[in-house]
Amino acid sequence: MFKILKYSFFDLVRSRWSYVYFLFYLLLGIVLLFLNNDLSKAVITLMNVIIILVPLIGTIFGVMYYYNSREFTELLLAQPVKRSSIFLGQYFGVAFSLAMSLVIGLGLPFVFYGIFNSSAIWDFSLLLITGALLTFIFTALAFVIALANENKIKGFGYAILLWLFMAVIYDGLFLMSLIYFEDYPLDKFSLAATMLNPVDLSRVLILLKLDISALLGYTGAVFQKFFGTNLGLILSTGMLVLWVLIPTGIIYRMAKRKDF
Amino acid sequence: MKNLFYIAFIFLQLSLSPSFAQNLEVCASCEFTSITGAVEIAKDFDTILVKKGTYKEYNIGITKPITIIAEGNPVIDGENKGEIITIQADNVTIDGLHIINVGTSYTTDFAAVRVVKSENFLLQNLTLERLFFGIYLEKANNGKILNNTIIGDAVEEFSSGNGIQLWHCKNVEVRGNKVKKVRDGIYLEFSDEITISNNISSNNLRYGLHFMFSNHDTYVNNLFENNGAGVAVMFSKFIKMEGNTFRKNWGTASFGLLLKEINDSEIINNVFEENTVGINVEGSNRVNYFHNDFKNNGWALKVRGACYNNIFKENNFLYNSFDVSYNSRLNDNKFEGNYWSNYTGYDLNRNGIGDVPYRPVKLFSYIVNRTPETIILLRSLFIDIIDFSEKVSPIFTPDNLVDKNPMLKPIHHGTN
Repeated sequence: MFKILKYSFFDLVRSRWSYVYFLFYLLLGIVLLFLNNDLSKAVITLMNVIIILVPLIGTIFGVMYYYNSREFTELLLAQPVKRSSIFLGQYFGVAFSLAMSLVIGLGLPFVFYGIFNSSAIWDFSLLLITGALLTFIFTALAFVIALANENKIKGFGYAILLWLFMAVIYDGLFLMSLIYFEDYPLDKFSLAATMLNPVDLSRVLILLKLDISALLGYTGAVFQKFFGTNLGLILSTGMLVLWVLIPTGIIYRMAKRKDF
Repeated sequence: MKNLFYIAFIFLQLSLSPSFAQNLEVCASCEFTSITGAVEIAKDFDTILVKKGTYKEYNIGITKPITIIAEGNPVIDGENKGEIITIQADNVTIDGLHIINVGTSYTTDFAAVRVVKSENFLLQNLTLERLFFGIYLEKANNGKILNNTIIGDAVEEFSSGNGIQLWHCKNVEVRGNKVKKVRDGIYLEFSDEITISNNISSNNLRYGLHFMFSNHDTYVNNLFENNGAGVAVMFSKFIKMEGNTFRKNWGTASFGLLLKEINDSEIINNVFEENTVGINVEGSNRVNYFHNDFKNNGWALKVRGACYNNIFKENNFLYNSFDVSYNSRLNDNKFEGNYWSNYTGYDLNRNGIGDVPYRPVKLFSYIVNRTPETIILLRSLFIDIIDFSEKVSPIFTPDNLVDKNPMLKPIHHGTN
C-alpha cells in the first residue's frame, strides 16, 4: 500500500495540477496579506475560501484522479497486490498531495509575514488543520462515488452534487427546519445538525475563534459552552476524523469487491 | 458706597479666616491619636493632617466645614464594622486617605465616604479598597470627586455595592477616577447636571456606568472596559456622551451601551470595540449619533423598536459581524454618510461617496432576531446567497433603511 501511496503521491506532486493548486494558494495568501495588512482579517477571509473551495477541489480532484488513472489501476491489478491497498494507496496519495499543497501554499506567505510572532498563530493552525481534514474527507467521498460509478459523467455529477449539498443545500434545509420549528428548544438539534456536516462543523470551529463576540450573544452561549471548551474541541475534531475514517472504510470494503 | 464697604468687609473676613483656622495633627505620637478625636475638637475651617499609620476607626461623623489631608498614605481600617466617614456639612474637603474594610450590610448601604445634604465638598485622591459602597452622595450638590481609586472585591450582585453613587444630586463633577470590581462603577439616580469625565471603569460586575432618571448630564472621555453588562443609560433626557471608549463587554447579555428611553441626547466621537452588542437602543427618540467608531462588534447597533427620529451620521462601521439589526419593518431613523466596511458599491464620479446605496440590515440579522439559534449558520455560503438576493430586492428588511451616501473610505474624525 505504501509503495502505491508513494507512487501516487510523487506522480501527483510532479503533475501540473498540484503546482497550479499550490500556486493558487500561495498567491491567495500573498494577496490577502498584501491587501489586508492585518493578520486576523486575512484569516477570516481565508476561512471562507477554505470551507468552500477546499471541499470542492478535493471532490473534483479525487474523482478526476480516479478516472484518469484507470489504466494504471488495471495494470496494477494484474500484479500480486491487494486490491484494497491499491485503491487506498491512491486515495492517500491524492489526499496527502492536496493537503500538502494547501498547507505549504498558505503557510509560506504567512510564515514570511510573521505568523509565529502573532497571536493569530492558533487560529491559523486550526484553519490549516481543518482545511487538511476537509481535504481528506472530501477526497475520500469522491473516491467512494467514483468507485460506485463506472460512468465518468455520472460520477462527476454526483461528486458536484455532493459538494453542493454539503456546502449550500444542507445549510438551507438546516435554516428552514430551524425557522419551522422555532417554537421548540433547538439548541441540541442545531448542535447535532452542525456536527453532522463536516463543512458546517469546520465553519463553526473556526468561527468560534473569530466572531466570538457575536456568537456569545444570548443563544450563542450554548454553542460557546460546547465548542469553546476542550471537550467540545476534542469531540468536534474527533467527529471530523470520523468523517475521514468512515468513507475510508467504505473505500476499503468497496475496493475488496471492485471488479473491472 | 455702602456696597463697596460690604465687599471690603467680606474680603477682610476671607483673608483673616485662615489665620484663625488651626492645623490639627493626627498620628500615634501626636496630640490626637484618632481622627474621630481630632474631628470632635476641630473648629470650623480647621485643617486636620493625618500622618502615616493605621487607624482602626469607623463612623467618623463630620458636621462642620473642615479639611482632612493625608500625609504619607495613612490607612483607615474599618474592620468591616460599618460606615467610615459621613459628611453632613458644607465645604468639607477630604484628600488622600486610604480607606479599607467597609462593613457589608443588607439593610444599610454602608459607604467608605458618604456625603449627605451638603454642598461644595471635595473628595480627592482617595484610595478605597475592600468596600461595600465607595463614595455615596445623597442630595449633595456642587461638589467634586476627583482622582480617586476604588478597587472592590465584588463577587455577587446582591452582596456588593457601587463604586460612586449619586442620588438626588445636582452639579457634581466626577473626574479622573478609577473604579474596578464593584457592582456598578458609577451609578446616577435622579441626578442632574453631572459631569463625568476621564474616568476608567473596568471589570465591574454589572454596569461600568449606570444612569437612571438623570437629565442634562455629560460624560466625556471615559473608558469602560470588560464590565459585566457595559454601560446602561435609562429613562433620561438631554445626555451628552462624547469621546468615550466602550471595550470588550463580552457576554450573553452584554453590550457596550444600552439606551433605554433616552431622548434628545448626543452620542459623538465614541469608540465601541469588541462588544457583543455595540449599542442596544430601545425606545429612544431624537438621538444624534455622529462620528462614532464601531469596530469588531458582534452587532454594532441593535435597534429594538419604538425608536424615532434618530440620526446616524459619519460613523465608521468596521468589521462587525452585523452592522445594524432591526426587529421591525418600520424605520424612521436616518443613516447618512457613514462608512461601512461591508460596502461593495462603486464610485464612478470619484467624489468619495458610493453611487449605490448601502443597506445595513441584512436578511440574516432579521432571521437571527426571529430565531436566535440560526446564529450557528453565520458566514455560511447559503446565508451569503440569501443575503445577496435580499439586498437586490428587499422583502423582509425595512426597504427605506438605506444609507444613500455611503463613504468609500473610513472617516477621519476631527480632534475636537
